[in-house]
Amino acid sequence: MVNKPHDVAGISVSEIDLEENQYETWEKQIDALLVLLSGEKKLMRVDELRRGIESLGVNAYNELSYYERWIASISKILVEKNILSQTEIDNRIRKLRADGDLQ
Amino acid sequence: MPHDHHHGPSIDPTRLARYQNLAKAVTELLIEKNIISSDEIDDAIKGMDERGPALGARMVARAWSNSHYKESMLSDGSAAAEALGIPVDGTKLVVVENTEKVHNLVVCTLCSCYPRNILGLPPRWYKSTPYRARAIKEPRKVLKEFGTIIPESVSVRVHDSTADMRYMVLPARPTNTAEWNEERLRELVTRDSMIGAEAAITPGDQE
Repeated sequence: MVNKPHDVAGISVSEIDLEENQYETWEKQIDALLVLLSGEKKLMRVDELRRGIESLGVNAYNELSYYERWIASISKILVEKNILSQTEIDNRIRKLRADGDLQ
Repeated sequence: MPHDHHHGPSIDPTRLARYQNLAKAVTELLIEKNIISSDEIDDAIKGMDERGPALGARMVARAWSNSHYKESMLSDGSAAAEALGIPVDGTKLVVVENTEKVHNLVVCTLCSCYPRNILGLPPRWYKSTPYRARAIKEPRKVLKEFGTIIPESVSVRVHDSTADMRYMVLPARPTNTAEWNEERLRELVTRDSMIGAEAAITPGDQE
């Protein structure tokens, strides 16, 4: 049986990178979204976050950074639950890009 | 995975901008729908910044000074945290004690579960694939990379955390601290000592 990408126990031989990097604001904002949605709002559960992350596929799982995986999963779960629609997310991203808000 | 990338996933600026836009889009939409407010997000981040290893260090120093507290901490970590006014958010906190015979190390092999209420956000290495993968397979070698040598006569126990159950290590009280009060003892308790990656600071060693 092939392990799913998150199931890494016992497989890696590479060194641990011990560099201490502080978290950036965008990372904390994504973390805060989950804290609120899974905490007081009770709109999604931590297990659902993990299911979303584990279903990203092996390439995305290995390529994306930690909080990139989180927001990919959060948006997916919110769409699943009909809290947001994929269309409105896509439209908003297009608008943000057009406004040159982040790049 | 012989060619596992040394530093884990790298940051690709184009991809990063895409995911930052996604985060912004989701956040804006949730705010517009009155599901969350930007104040709530700010407060959540503030809470995140306020929690950190100092809270765990308070628990450890109390346990070193008070055997009743230590017993209660080992039988119910969540209650022991609450007894010091540290909220625990519904996850079960399990405290494991380092002794002359046993050294404990905490990991989350599947993801990144960590006693965030007590220790703050986990360090990046804790969430990295190499740590998650190797901690259970070759803990002594992993500990050595942290500069922690565990004698063969001491057993190493590795604890795999879950979303509902978070582990924290009660490090052994350093020698030569018999006269120390709680406040001074707290200074000896490092974040990594509560993950089990290192021992608490022994006075005199750090100079």
